[in-house]
This record gives sequence, structure tokens and C-alpha cells, in this order.
Amino acid sequence: MTDVVAKPLRPADWVAGFALLILCQLAGETLVQILRLIVPAFAFPGPVIGMLLLVGLLALMGDRARPVIASADGLLGILSLLFVPSAVGIMQHGELIRAWGGPLLLAVVASTALTLVVTVGVFILTERWMSR
Amino acid sequence: MSSFSEIWVYLATSPLTWLGATLVAFVLALRIGALLGNSPLANSVLLSAAMLIPVLLLTGTSYPTYFEGAQFVHFLLGPATVSLAVPLYRNLAAVKRSLVPIAVALVAGSITAMGSALAIAAIFGAPPEVLASIAPKSVSAPIAMELAKSLGGIPSLAAVLVILTGVTGAIIVTPLMNALGTKNYAARGFAVGVASHGIGTARALQVNDMAGAFAGIAMALNGAFTAILLTGFLLLQ
Repeated sequence: MTDVVAKPLRPADWVAGFALLILCQLAGETLVQILRLIVPAFAFPGPVIGMLLLVGLLALMGDRARPVIASADGLLGILSLLFVPSAVGIMQHGELIRAWGGPLLLAVVASTALTLVVTVGVFILTERWMSR
Repeated sequence: MSSFSEIWVYLATSPLTWLGATLVAFVLALRIGALLGNSPLANSVLLSAAMLIPVLLLTGTSYPTYFEGAQFVHFLLGPATVSLAVPLYRNLAAVKRSLVPIAVALVAGSITAMGSALAIAAIFGAPPEVLASIAPKSVSAPIAMELAKSLGGIPSLAAVLVILTGVTGAIIVTPLMNALGTKNYAARGFAVGVASHGIGTARALQVNDMAGAFAGIAMALNGAFTAILLTGFLLLQ
């Protein structure tokens, strides 16, 4: 998938790469809608199914995957930007934040730190236990 | 004079203005971050929001008006999530080798994330709708909002708590992991993906490609696991 002498991508390749990302997401969203007909409470994000689908496609596509890889790397390079609109949404919750801001901030910060420590610790301990 | 105020009204409500403002704020945030030596404290999501919110408040612009422009950026979250397939595929061999640690750490991390946030908020006497909004705080926003809604929480508050969790994890992960003294980037990435979803993953991708791959898989798995856990809890009731 990564060749040493990289040929430059043609303009249509960039569009094709982005189109494949969109089509994978569309396939994932469609699958979620179908599953919701069976289990109405089903709350699985379509893009994650699209991601798993693309992993399978990358394995099949070989060198033809270069356009989609270029598009994906481009998007992931600015991943933080994509969260800015949601972050600005905090301005809608002035009252709740004044009432519950302190406890909520404490809960979020303490819980996040604890989750990081527990997850990394369990991961490493399981690895060590397995390699014994 | 009135024509000038008409122009202002046009500008203040045009999606172009707020799309442009979002992009400019992000570029400025990256510049500030670079000036501060890319310190994790200079988180670009946090800095961008800290620049945009005062502008919106001073110009009396509502969030829905802002979002009409910003939605074009927001929309790309879907294709960006699909894009996580690329670092995952690049590191597929390492991921396959680590399937057992991944499964065990996922269960431990996911339950810690939900349980500890609920416990701390409950100690302070937070009402049920706030508890339902904080429970899914470690998974990506669309799924957290969906879960909060079905649990009787406030979807938009859930989204805010998700962002706050993401920014917190992105800021503390590097100093915390360095303090713990681990150089296992698979484990570090996996932890920040479980704790802080996409924003944590964005940070992991900055640090190390393998950390990014494990963060991406962690984010996806924790989204699925949290959804299954909370949906199961609802079905039992």
C-alpha cells in the first residue's frame, strides 16, 4: 500500500478517494438503519461500521488504495478542527454550567484520569501475563 | 447608514461568516500552540472554542446561527471516522497480536469511565437527567447523545460533557503517561481512545502512528461496548 516511488495523484484521484470514504459511511449508516428495524434501541454509529468496511477494502485494493489513503490522512491531520463546532455548543448551557459546572468538571477530569490509568495498566498487565 | 447595518445583518447571519470564523480560529489556535512549543495545554479545540464563544456572545449570535456555517466542518466527522481505517490497517499486525489485552482493557476502561463519572456526580447530588447525560461521556458525540436521550438525559449536555472529556484526556494523557513511565505506545493510545474518543485519538495521532491506530480502535470498541452496556441496562428495566 505504500510504494517507495510515489506517483503524484491526479485531481480525479482525490475525488475518488473522498468518494470512497463517503460511500463507506453511507453503507455503514444504511446497515444501522436496517438493524434498527430489528432492535429499535440500537445506537451504534454508522461511521464506525464504515471504518471496519474500509479496513476490509484496503486489504483487497492494494496499490489502488493510494487515493483513499491520501484523503484519509488529509482528514485525520485536521481531526481536531472537526470537533470545534461541537465544542462551541458549550455556550448553550450557561445555566446548567453555573449550577453544576464545578461537580461536572471534577467528575469529568477525575474520571478521565482514572480511566487512562486503569486502561493503560490493565493493557500492560494483560500483555505481561500473556507473555509469561 | 441603514444599508451598512443591512450588510452587518447579512454578515452576522451568513453561514460563510461563521464557517470562516471557525477556520480562522483553528489556524490561530494552531499558531498559538506552535508558539507554546505544542504544549498539550494549548489544545486546539479548547483554544478555538475560547476564541469563538466570546465573539458569538459579543455579536449576539445564537448557536444555531453559528452552526449553520460550522456544520460543514462538523459534517466531516463521519468521513474522518471512516478514515481511521487507514492507521488501523497500517498497524493491523500489532492490533491482531494484542487482541486479548485490547479486550480486557476495553472492559476495565469502559466500566471505569462510566462508573467513576456516575459515582462522583452522584456524590454531589446531581439530578437523574444530569447523571444520564454524563454516563456516556467517554464515547463519541453522536452515540453519546443517542444514549443520553434513551436514558432520559439531555443530549446537548451530553455532547458538551463528551467534548470536555475529550479535551481533558488530550491535555493530560502525555504528561500522565510519562509520569507513569510507560513507553508502550499501543497501550497509551488504547487508553486515550477508551477515555477520550476522537479528541484523544487526534492527540494520539500527533504523538505516534501506532498510538493513533490503537486509539482509533479503542474509540470504536468503546462506542460499541458502551452502547451495548447501556442498551442492555435499558432493556432489563
